[in-house]
Amino acid sequence: MIKFEEVSRIYSGQNKAALAGVTVEIGKGEFVFLVGGSGSGKSTFLRLVLREFRPTTGKVYVAGKNIGSLPERKIPALRREIGMVSQDFRLLPGKTVFENVAFALQVIGKPRSLIKKVVPETLEMVGLGDKTDRKPDELSGGEQQRVAIARAFVNHPKILLADEPTGNLDPETSVGIMKLLNRINRSETTVVMATHDWAMVDQMRKRVIELENGHIVRDQERGIYGARG
Amino acid sequence: MRHALSETFSGLRRNAGITFAVIMTMWVSLSLFGAGIIAAQQVSLLKNEWYDKVELSVFLCTDKMTGNNCDKGQDATQEQKDQILQAIKNSPEVEEVFYESKSEAYEQFQETFKDSPVKDSLSMQEMQDSYRVKLVDPQQYQGIKSQLSTMRGVQNVQDLHQVLDPIFKWLNALQWGTIGLSVLLLLAAALQISTTIRMATFTRGREIGIMRLVGASNFYIMGPFLMESLISALVGAFLAAGTLVFGVWFIIMRNAQQSLQTIRWIGWPETGLAVGSMLLVAIVLSIIPTMISARRYLKV
Repeated sequence: MIKFEEVSRIYSGQNKAALAGVTVEIGKGEFVFLVGGSGSGKSTFLRLVLREFRPTTGKVYVAGKNIGSLPERKIPALRREIGMVSQDFRLLPGKTVFENVAFALQVIGKPRSLIKKVVPETLEMVGLGDKTDRKPDELSGGEQQRVAIARAFVNHPKILLADEPTGNLDPETSVGIMKLLNRINRSETTVVMATHDWAMVDQMRKRVIELENGHIVRDQERGIYGARG
Repeated sequence: MRHALSETFSGLRRNAGITFAVIMTMWVSLSLFGAGIIAAQQVSLLKNEWYDKVELSVFLCTDKMTGNNCDKGQDATQEQKDQILQAIKNSPEVEEVFYESKSEAYEQFQETFKDSPVKDSLSMQEMQDSYRVKLVDPQQYQGIKSQLSTMRGVQNVQDLHQVLDPIFKWLNALQWGTIGLSVLLLLAAALQISTTIRMATFTRGREIGIMRLVGASNFYIMGPFLMESLISALVGAFLAAGTLVFGVWFIIMRNAQQSLQTIRWIGWPETGLAVGSMLLVAIVLSIIPTMISARRYLKV
């Protein structure tokens, strides 16, 4: 589903590579933790999958397509196959929970009838069926993250990327979010989660890819966060 | 589409002040621009008409005149006149020639200034005999002019270029000045639009970020911004078009045309051309800065 071939990325104005010669393959339906300290290249990895920029060298494949050679006008189509959840939720404060999730479908031109059907289902799934009319500032952090996950998942993407989704949440709430991501993963969605949360990683026993200074230093099935954590 | 329209109008409402400013700037600058185009067309109309009528006037020496080719204190002799006439008739550039005597010139002068005290300022004796020469091609006057200028008995050869060129020079300067000023203002309008769009993309940064993330098309994201600029520019353009049409009707058709019937005035086709150019400029000047700022700030 995601394949990196000798991928390096150097940001302009920096001489150190954020990612350096990374080769890795993530299969369909896998759940992968991307771990490593700040500046290890986790975010760069995710942003390359989203095609926010091209790799400096090497090739990134998503669903079999080399997205480095993707013309700019085809990027929206790629992004519709990918859901993204981030640490800061990125909800629209003026819109209700329902509207926030519906927004993701509206802006890609989905019909209203479909939105009316799919959005409540998705909110039900993330456990917010009774809070559809609330505004984000009336929700707890965990609830806000559930809204963000609902928004990322509402179009049933093939891939869900999560950048520190539990970074702002307390451990108990984090467990709930993890369970939700796990459940999404069981519906054949590939999940890649960048995280610092070693307790979570150790508990889940999923594949762990560890980055350090832009290099993969470990790729382990059923791994733990590791000694460095 | 519904989204684009509702976003457009909420955008226009949100930026009511700056939208108003864009409309005003567009209005004034496009009015000037249109006026410049109208003036340019009027000038070229006059130019064609007048220069087509250009004739050479070959003024002959009189006893009161001094000139390099004149014999002092004496009119041009019959022999000189014949030679001059012969030279004119032999020139392939000449279409026709006729003789205007002192008395004819005097009558003409009296007729032209019949309502003015100027008519008594010259006596018949101060008028000159002349040959009026009509040319095959009014643009080709230099050769024959210099040839005749050197002949004995010729006091002066005058062509309309001498008279009209300075006038047209000033008219040209005026017209280019107007257009130049309007270009400056149009540039200001374009910068205003680009600033508006930059502000709008900034205030809506989070929303745009999410749209990009979930794969909204560029057109979907940019559409409302384009519409917003286009609408304010077009409102300004329509106001300017109204101003121009009213101006043409009031100044040219109702007043100038009535009082100066001898010259040709521009009409609705020329006004239509000016209005068309204004609309085109408005569209281009709203879309291009929007695309540029949007490309920079909505980068995928």
